[in-house]
Amino acid sequence: MIEVRNLSKRYGDLSAVQDVSFTARPGEVLGFLGPNGAGKTTTIRIITGFLPATSGTVKVCGYDVFEQSAEVRRRIGYLPENPPLYNEMTVIPYLRFVAKLRGLSRGEMDAAIDRVVQACGLGTVTSRLLGHLSKGFRQRVGLAQALIHEPEVLILDEPTNGLDPGQIREMLAFIRSLGTQRTVVLSTHILSQVLSACQKVVIINEGRVVVEELLERLTQDRSLEDVYTQAISQGAEAAA
Amino acid sequence: MRNTLTIAGRELRSYFSSPVAYVLLAVFLALAGYFFYALLIAFNQTLTIYSMMRNPEVLERFNLNEMVIRPLLGNMAVLLIFIVPAITMRLFPEEKRAGTYELLLTSPVRVGEIVLGKFLGGLVLVLVMVLLSGFFGLLLVVYGNPEVPMMIAGYAGLALLAVAFLAIGTLISSFTDNVVIAYVGTLFALLVLYTIGWLGESLQGRWGDLVSYLSVTEHFQEIAKGVIDTKNLVYFATLIVVSLFLTHRSVESVRWR
Repeated sequence: MIEVRNLSKRYGDLSAVQDVSFTARPGEVLGFLGPNGAGKTTTIRIITGFLPATSGTVKVCGYDVFEQSAEVRRRIGYLPENPPLYNEMTVIPYLRFVAKLRGLSRGEMDAAIDRVVQACGLGTVTSRLLGHLSKGFRQRVGLAQALIHEPEVLILDEPTNGLDPGQIREMLAFIRSLGTQRTVVLSTHILSQVLSACQKVVIINEGRVVVEELLERLTQDRSLEDVYTQAISQGAEAAA
Repeated sequence: MRNTLTIAGRELRSYFSSPVAYVLLAVFLALAGYFFYALLIAFNQTLTIYSMMRNPEVLERFNLNEMVIRPLLGNMAVLLIFIVPAITMRLFPEEKRAGTYELLLTSPVRVGEIVLGKFLGGLVLVLVMVLLSGFFGLLLVVYGNPEVPMMIAGYAGLALLAVAFLAIGTLISSFTDNVVIAYVGTLFALLVLYTIGWLGESLQGRWGDLVSYLSVTEHFQEIAKGVIDTKNLVYFATLIVVSLFLTHRSVESVRWR
């Protein structure tokens, strides 16, 4: 469960995110849509506790990100825009490092690593250096890292970036399967991905939420593309 | 504690699984070895000249501690001014560039554990460096008769100096995401700290005293003479603790509203 209320972030005079509110429920994959530079990554970084907000609140599983940051961090799995990999490490030691940081005990660790290696299809590259992996595998190791502690909340910032069409389809199917038990936020600027993986859509433009609706209802009488185009242009008019 | 060791372990592995640690150790030991050799030759020549003059009283006054070990320690201290920034420059900038900083800061790990882990990783490398340079001292013990306690005190002083440099470098690397800036910034800070004593000699009164107290050279040389005074230990401990405390604040500041 993620509850974002009236979130704003300013960098000096520049306002990156303004008064953003939305809710993501367990068992739901929320598609976080918006053009490049709309404030998606900033919002995500605030939810994960990497950046502080200027104002507003974020609650993850009932814990406030600012007041109970450690509790929130324990419950979130996070794949940043660029997978956070140490290039000089190989896959298994890297996953072991993350598992330790995530507080997994020695006993749980091997099973957890086996599980994510399986789930993310890393079996063939376990002894390769992360720096030598292709973009697709780097993205998958990034996802494995985010899943290792079986988080209740999963936040994926453009996870399909740099993948080929086949890999994208696999990744989306995987994300859909993850969403059955967890709260998943999937940030992207590609509409078709939302259609194939998400139940709910939040569209953000120029730092403001312009649409928050279930995908079903949104696409009842028109295509997601129309909704998106209209939402983005409305935002621009409101700003002008 | 576990997290601290996890981070320190990764830091250490990253030094030793790349050529970084080996190159730094090799450069340090090669130059120190060269200084050692030059000092030893000079010592030997002086000794030969004075023994030809058949002046045993003067000969008595020459000893390895004064003429080889202390200048060698001084030279190694200067080497560390250039080597330690190369150890610390990557601590934070590399993580910020690779995006792994986001991983660390969004993990359930305390800022103090991150700072201490990184510092400990560097600490092991620096101590290995000082320990290996102990080989020169060992050679003197085998083939000569230096005063061993004084020599050990001198090496302890060098280790303290190295750790203090490391703490300062850790602090400065936490300010930036650029390794060049981290290196040059630390080099600048260490050079100022090392040479500020020169000002102490010309400044009078209270300011002169303060500047001399701040100078790392004074404290290091006193320890190298074999004087392990609480005053000197307190000086180094303060330098280390304050630097690490400020690093903690600097890392934590990204979370401030």
